[in-house]
Amino acid sequence: MLKSYLYPEYYVERDQNKCIRCKVCLRQCTYETHRYDPEDDVMLSDHEKCVNCQRCVVFCPTRALTIRKNPVAYRENQNWTQEAIFDLKKQAETGGIVLTGMGSGKPNLTYFDRLLLNASQVTNPSIDPLREPMELVTFLGAKPNAIEVDQGPNGTSLKTDLSPQLRLEVPIMFSAMSYGAISFNVHEGLARSASEFGTFFNTGEGGLDRRLYKYGKNTIVQVASGRFGVHKEYLDVAAAVEIKIGQGAKPGIGGHLPGEKVTADISQTRMIPAGTDALSPAPQHDIYSIEDLAQLIYALKEATDYRKPVSVKIAAVHNVAAIASGIVRAGADIVAIDGVRGATGAAPKVIRDNVGIPIELAIASVDQRLRKEGIRNRAAIVAAGGIRSSADVVKIIALGADAVYIATAALVAMGCTVCQKCHTGKCPWGIATMDPYIAKRINPDIATERLVNLLRGWSLEMKEMMGGMGINAIESLRGNRLALRGVSLTDAELKILGVRLAGD
Amino acid sequence: MSIWQLNNPHKDPKVIDSCSLFGMMDLSGRRFNSKDPVRAIANMHERGNGLGGGFAVYGLYPEFEDDYALHIMYLDMDTKKTVETQLEKWFDIIKSEEVPSREANVSDPPIVWRYFGQPKRGQRPQSPDDYVVERIMRINTETGRAYVFSSGKNMAVFKGVGYPEDIADFFMLEEYQGYLWTCHGRFPTNTPGWWGGAHPFNILDLTVVHNGEISSYDANRRYLEMLGYNCTMQTDTEVLAYAFDLLMRKQHLPVEVVANILAPRLWSEIEKMNEEQRALHTALRQTYGSLLMNGPFSIVVAESGMMIGLTDRIKLRPLVAGTKGNTLYLSSEEAAIRVVSPNLDRCWTPRGGEPVIGRIGKAKTEGILLQEATVC
Amino acid sequence: MYAVANPSINNADLAKIRSSRCTVDNEIARVDSSGLRYRELNRILRDLVASGVKRIELYNVQGQRYIGTSLGGNIEIVISGTPGNDLGAFMDGPKIHVCGNAQDGCGNTMNSGEIVVNGSVGDIPGYAMRGGRLFIKENVGYRAGIHMKEYGSQIPAMVVGGTPGDFLAEYMAGGIIVLLGLNLEHDKIHRLSHVGTGMHGGRIYVRGEISGLGKEAVVKEITDQDISMLQPLIEDFSRHFDYDPWKIIDSEFLKITPNSDRPYEKLYAY
Repeated sequence: MLKSYLYPEYYVERDQNKCIRCKVCLRQCTYETHRYDPEDDVMLSDHEKCVNCQRCVVFCPTRALTIRKNPVAYRENQNWTQEAIFDLKKQAETGGIVLTGMGSGKPNLTYFDRLLLNASQVTNPSIDPLREPMELVTFLGAKPNAIEVDQGPNGTSLKTDLSPQLRLEVPIMFSAMSYGAISFNVHEGLARSASEFGTFFNTGEGGLDRRLYKYGKNTIVQVASGRFGVHKEYLDVAAAVEIKIGQGAKPGIGGHLPGEKVTADISQTRMIPAGTDALSPAPQHDIYSIEDLAQLIYALKEATDYRKPVSVKIAAVHNVAAIASGIVRAGADIVAIDGVRGATGAAPKVIRDNVGIPIELAIASVDQRLRKEGIRNRAAIVAAGGIRSSADVVKIIALGADAVYIATAALVAMGCTVCQKCHTGKCPWGIATMDPYIAKRINPDIATERLVNLLRGWSLEMKEMMGGMGINAIESLRGNRLALRGVSLTDAELKILGVRLAGD
Repeated sequence: MSIWQLNNPHKDPKVIDSCSLFGMMDLSGRRFNSKDPVRAIANMHERGNGLGGGFAVYGLYPEFEDDYALHIMYLDMDTKKTVETQLEKWFDIIKSEEVPSREANVSDPPIVWRYFGQPKRGQRPQSPDDYVVERIMRINTETGRAYVFSSGKNMAVFKGVGYPEDIADFFMLEEYQGYLWTCHGRFPTNTPGWWGGAHPFNILDLTVVHNGEISSYDANRRYLEMLGYNCTMQTDTEVLAYAFDLLMRKQHLPVEVVANILAPRLWSEIEKMNEEQRALHTALRQTYGSLLMNGPFSIVVAESGMMIGLTDRIKLRPLVAGTKGNTLYLSSEEAAIRVVSPNLDRCWTPRGGEPVIGRIGKAKTEGILLQEATVC
Repeated sequence: MYAVANPSINNADLAKIRSSRCTVDNEIARVDSSGLRYRELNRILRDLVASGVKRIELYNVQGQRYIGTSLGGNIEIVISGTPGNDLGAFMDGPKIHVCGNAQDGCGNTMNSGEIVVNGSVGDIPGYAMRGGRLFIKENVGYRAGIHMKEYGSQIPAMVVGGTPGDFLAEYMAGGIIVLLGLNLEHDKIHRLSHVGTGMHGGRIYVRGEISGLGKEAVVKEITDQDISMLQPLIEDFSRHFDYDPWKIIDSEFLKITPNSDRPYEKLYAY
């Protein structure tokens, strides 16, 4: 092992006057940062090990702890930043791919903050959601071009057979996070809260634990390249099936679950040996061309008797509009697009930070393109990738999405502080870990309550914003670019977003 | 609206499509009608989406055996007049007529005419072939509303927007006889489909039908444009056709070598070759690296007297070959061959990157041999 | 213009098709499949199974896809003709017998059941297979057995009478692949490249020799435990295709297994 030239990124600042030696920090830290010196009766910290997860800070009863960023000792340099230097040294020590977790935090990739919403005044009244109904119900699936009716002696009835639809009480679903990347209790929290609130959660590519089959009606099951956990019952209990082609955090490459996280439970659900890295190969090996995707979509429709919508999830990349058009023509009922800010349990850092495009631009151009081709109604579009608040949800729906997938936001609701160490399997919050001792820290009842609170809070905020705009049904927001104005955007950016400059 | 606006209305960097392929050749040169090729391509209906279908037929104009048969699509009659004036200047036209057609389940057919003739070369040192290619490139780029989609001798392409069986119906293909037929059903993903965008793609006698997507497209295109080819249709199939034209017609390289340029051996395989082979394969990759076709593909290429089937070097797209008596079949799916010839003499899958070549007079084939299927 | 690939079929049309092409005798049904689209054919199969038929004979199969996909339970399907892609994909239970060759995607993500092919199959057979048996008399194409998996007693098996194409058993995580090479020339080498790249579980039994092993795969000696897994598979294979099992069992076999259970451990820096 080569000597490391790296120094601690963070240091633990402890106010020794406040510290009561209760050792909560020692017990809570999964990285073994804190230790107790009985001789001197003092708590000491090994700054090298601290990853700034904030667990000890939150749990210290006397608020004695603060984590500080170790100031950059290298000469300031906009090109050779501390991060760049650290990564280089780490690579020189290991010869490996530098891994990371969660989504990209790089600057200049978020357009939400440069888009502003409208409010109605004078010429058009705003609507008060406290008094009047505000409808957020959304249906995801293929819609026909027209409806045929039968007029008989008993009145008019529907003749057209509609494709299967998913009914969402609010246009927010929980995005794919695989069992293995996150613990069972988290999966349970997502399943129960989706069930309670009337929306859906996505199993991710790790399969579905049998104990959660009872939430099947609110579950979207994923079929990814590793086909983990894919069998008849899995497809039968689900409300919809999603083919995972890619995800925003790592477009073009496969999934990777480090062996540390492949426990006995995971081994059973995924049917691979315990302790091995669970690799999902980069392409689905039966999809090398668009007609192959059409073949898999219809294979799943046959396997589920055409009773469930089939979704296809892709990462937002350069020609996402053309790809989305192909996917819709291949027969998908839902197209889920994951932008460059999408998160993951483990991905190579260079790919996470350098591959993919922002979701705002992707959704705007896909929506525009599908409308131009006259096929926008053939599939619903779901947006994902760094949605942080209800305002982001409203903006992305105005840009053309039918609904959103959130994942990081859900984890943050349960305790996550986005420290980006999910790939180590030591998440002290009990979320991104399979260690049974730590995973216990997520109580499914509490997790469910927190997630339901999140959905409720966002729904109320969305209703306020929509009411403020003078609309009381989500259909009127979908693709309504006039609800948005841009600031600090170039003409080309405004053109792709289909949005005017504020003041225009 | 120009043809390239029709072909690529969203100005995507390139047109993407996917498909079904079929090829059938009588190696003794005996001509046959369209029934079997159409039945076979229709069987692979699921691979297409009705937005493109096409055929190449060889040997169908025996009375004009030595004349260039130019087939042109026009968007309007004015363009037709303009182009015909040019044709009169450049060629001695022996016969010109509208390509016969009937009403069928196809959308918005353009005006389609064919002209048989010889180049008026005068004192030019150019070969007749080069002369013809240059004139066609001009017609295809100048007005933007005319497209020469077939220009060989005693062969023709018939293609358009519709399922292949409907295109065969529209162009009344049952009236023709040829010794070599190639067929294609298209599934374009980012274009609503324009008649000229369907396969086969043609240059002089050469036609290509293609399944897959070439991820090296832009690198290949830039190289060919440097050598004088205009890639107006912005599709990888066009680039394949020009690559074959460059390597086979202009540089006179044998087909086996061309296959090794487009689908070269991996360096790990080249290391294991003997010195002579290693020198050749290394030189091919060094010189023609920009023509390496990366990405999944299977293609059926045809020329007068020859049919070639080839897949990419790691065989990501399907291609099945079969023989029965003097007939060689190539297909994306075995079932399509069995529909027209249930009891084959041989049926096999060629290896990735190794061509199946049928030539009039002999059949040379390589690949993993599948034994004949037995019927229970 | 947008073409819908497979519009739904209405029940009246389906009833007409059924009556003109199916005959049912005891619990055996015979279906003339010529000219049927896969959606119609598979609907008919579902209805027949629902009505209690235990054995279905399909004639004139011309490339229809997904046969067996939507069926479960203890039924037998005999196919004469050439079945289309994804034969038995996601299948759970039925036994399918093909009288000739099959195409790509045979047994894709199959959970249980049996597919017997009296000929060769195309590419990607047994992709992500998780149970059941695939017996192929002759050759398999490229990328066979990718990501096969197993757990406990649920162990899938693919027995190939001939030889495979490149990229065999990539990412294999479990299950058994047997290569018999019965149609190889007398030096009995399976010549392919990229065998078992990314392999981290499972085993491949090879009669004869094999070239092109990936770095994650390694050759080992056969043990008695291997023989107890291999022998019943060879016996079943021989029964299906009329071979003498002892002639085959009596040959030299090698075993290929992963050389580590974390082949990609060294690839990453944490």
